[in-house]
Amino acid sequence: MLNKAGRDIPMNLPCLEGREVYQGEFALATNARRAGRPVRATRPGENKVVASIDEAIEKAGLKDGMSISFHHHFRNGDYVMKLVMERIHEKGIKDLTILSSSLAPCHEFLIDYIKDGTVTAIETSGLRDALGKFLSTNPGVLKRPVVIRSHGGRARAVSCGEAHIDVAFLGVPTCDPRGNATGMMGKAACGALGYAMVDAHFADKTVLITDNLVDYVYPYSIPQTDVDYVVEVEAIGDPAGIASGAIGITKNPVQLKIAELAAEFLDQADIIKEGFSFQLGAGGAPLAVAKFIGQKLKEKEVVGGFGVGGATGVLVGMLEDGLIKAIYDTQTFDTTAAASLHDNPNHIEMSASMYADPWTDCMTNYLDVVFLGATEVDVNFNVNCMTDSNGILMGASGGHSDTAAGAKVTVITCPLIRGRLPMIRENVQTVITPGTSVDVIVTERGLAINPNRQDLIEKFKDSNLPIYTIEELQKMAYDRVGKPQDVEVSDKDEDVVAIVEYRDGSIIDVVRKPLL
Amino acid sequence: MKHLVKAATAGFDEKNDVLVTVEPIAAGIEVELTSKVMRQYGEHIKEFITATVKEAGFDGVKVIAADKAAWDYTIKARVLGALERGSK
Amino acid sequence: MSKFEEAKKRLSRSMMFVPGNTPKMINSADIHGADSIMFDIEDSIPVTEKDTARLLTAEALKTLDFKGETVVRINHPTQTPYGYDDLDVIVPAKPDLIRLPKTEDVSEVEIVAKKIEEVEKANGWEEGTINIIVAIESVKGLYNVREICHGPRVVAIALGAEDYRADLRTTKNKPAVELLFARQTILHAAREAGIRVIDTVFSDVKDPQGFREEVEFIKALGFDGKSCIHPSQIKIIHDVFTPDAKEIAHSVKVLNSYADALRNNKGVIAVDGKMIDGPIVVRAQRVVDKARAAGIKVELEEGAEYDVK
Repeated sequence: MLNKAGRDIPMNLPCLEGREVYQGEFALATNARRAGRPVRATRPGENKVVASIDEAIEKAGLKDGMSISFHHHFRNGDYVMKLVMERIHEKGIKDLTILSSSLAPCHEFLIDYIKDGTVTAIETSGLRDALGKFLSTNPGVLKRPVVIRSHGGRARAVSCGEAHIDVAFLGVPTCDPRGNATGMMGKAACGALGYAMVDAHFADKTVLITDNLVDYVYPYSIPQTDVDYVVEVEAIGDPAGIASGAIGITKNPVQLKIAELAAEFLDQADIIKEGFSFQLGAGGAPLAVAKFIGQKLKEKEVVGGFGVGGATGVLVGMLEDGLIKAIYDTQTFDTTAAASLHDNPNHIEMSASMYADPWTDCMTNYLDVVFLGATEVDVNFNVNCMTDSNGILMGASGGHSDTAAGAKVTVITCPLIRGRLPMIRENVQTVITPGTSVDVIVTERGLAINPNRQDLIEKFKDSNLPIYTIEELQKMAYDRVGKPQDVEVSDKDEDVVAIVEYRDGSIIDVVRKPLL
Repeated sequence: MKHLVKAATAGFDEKNDVLVTVEPIAAGIEVELTSKVMRQYGEHIKEFITATVKEAGFDGVKVIAADKAAWDYTIKARVLGALERGSK
Repeated sequence: MSKFEEAKKRLSRSMMFVPGNTPKMINSADIHGADSIMFDIEDSIPVTEKDTARLLTAEALKTLDFKGETVVRINHPTQTPYGYDDLDVIVPAKPDLIRLPKTEDVSEVEIVAKKIEEVEKANGWEEGTINIIVAIESVKGLYNVREICHGPRVVAIALGAEDYRADLRTTKNKPAVELLFARQTILHAAREAGIRVIDTVFSDVKDPQGFREEVEFIKALGFDGKSCIHPSQIKIIHDVFTPDAKEIAHSVKVLNSYADALRNNKGVIAVDGKMIDGPIVVRAQRVVDKARAAGIKVELEEGAEYDVK
């Protein structure tokens, strides 16, 4: 069945029973209610701190067939999932669904647990490296295809009970014995805990795992009222893998050229004005745009509204210089930003729901402009940031479609050619963000404005910027490197390796096993 | 028809470049290709290398190309470079 | 205008050096908007790779449609054993300019010009399709600079400071007092011959402020542009060489008033209290041309465009 993004969705798949196909960004109405967790009464004298992960697993009542959740605030430095999965495996619990806000290269060990039936389903925003390759090329290894969700889509699914969490195992850098927890301090400080906050609130049982148990925690991101058990362990993460020292602005001349053009576009579109709010992806070009926005705000002597992270030192610099009034932060990317979240009252932590859940009042709806990267785009402005040029799952849906749907102007930065591969395709391999959410695509050789934004096209009629149609940009690439052969994928239903949920829960695409 | 007098190499093991080795064989043109973009351009590159060798007037050449996403002009320059070096 | 004359007048604010044997840099050489892209197969290429560099640069020129003027710096035909082979491979690839390094005598220019003429005729290309930029890099070259500027096909001249400094037995100074005589001598020779004149590179890419100051300095001397080795320097050059809004507005006023005076047979005219004469009108038109080249829209009244020639 063709959906509104032009993708053929095999709705006969058992895992899609009762699901809707994607019908447009805001097409689906809902009468859903918030999910509720069982009440857990406590009595005087109770102690939430348990001696070991084993004890937490037992007390939480984890059984075969349940769903367990993790967060990805520790990125590639996460120890928690491995610590927990080893104990679960030891106990012989099988048939679990892993509901992680995302998965990093360090979670490669899951392959073994998938092979032995400990893990039989995965729902995530991102997949990388060996695990992504394994799942892309081994259909049927899980009992149903991987579910790919955006950050906002996951918050929505968890909040409304569509994605039910039996037990949440959440690493927290600092915690007190009652379960008040923060990510701003501790050996494994990661800044905001936006994804963990949602899970802690909606899971049937919430287990916090920390390596820094202190008497009292304030401010806390997770309140004791959401927490069932607390476990202290030696280490929950590798600081080097959790946050980079400071994410700098790229030196790659191509990325800088793209940033320069994107910034020029922003300037000429007259978007940078008093109170304007924006989000920048963490890629090289979007981050370089931040520097330019800062310069422009200074020149024009106006103050922006709020900036949204992945917060980095670049954004913090703007806050400290008084160029913007606030940062809203659901996930912090470097140590400078983590320190700022702790010290600066205008650096505000938010949950994934508040960030991007379409079924609540989310910050993405207040964005004037968002800059996002892309793995590839197509002539219909659809964006893929999930599968690589060989059709392998290796990216993340992230907040891409959430912010693109909410922001008044969505700018995609993407090189015209990577290596030899043209990045403007006839059809992207996987649609994560529909073209109707995308307003302009910026490459190193020029920009293309979405024809559905006639207002912008009119505005840029006399601009000196290199503005082309998307087809003209595509031809520039083909003239240089030739047209690539399409990567063939299996058309068999049983070779669907992942389904891609749009943020409202409808199905925007499926990922099929590439024929290697 | 030109022939190689020895094996020779041109190009570098760098991004957007291709390391081309040519070796004399009895007859014909053989191409052995490894490429970062095999699935998208593999067939094209093999044909392009064969055509380049032919156009340069050579026969009895085996071409071993290790490609790191070189564009066609680079592939051609490296093949011609290796042929030139193998002819002296 | 003949192609040769046209080539002398091309916008020449920035000339970016690109190593001629590095595909990755060649692929994106023209995205930064340099007025001229100079592929180097001379000093940046070791002697063991001269053969592959000239092939790569030639194939790139034949295949890719670069935005901006294309220049190839060849090895010297008499001072090195590679120059003639370079000419044989590069000239048929049709760059806009051949850059002759370390030019010391007009006879060297004639060697390159002869090869160009042969290839142009053989291919049926219009005369002046390919021209020459000379680089002065020695005292001897500097003493012959006037004759060199009048050499066949010469449309531009550049200063190559590194070798020149060595020849003078001096080092790099800040400010570059050691280059003053060469810069001014070359500039005067170029102006007398009616050709473009481009300053040497500034090698410290981590000092944008120092770079900007040097660009401002050579612009004040009268240079048309500057060579650069990093994309980030292009923006600075164009910034310095692009007239500001006030300058443009004044120039538009001058040109419009001048045209009005001609139409209505007015005698002496003045703009903002200053008398307008020939050189001021020429300068105003140059400002407008430079602004337009930088992508700024400038509109003049009908008939107010002035033919600078």
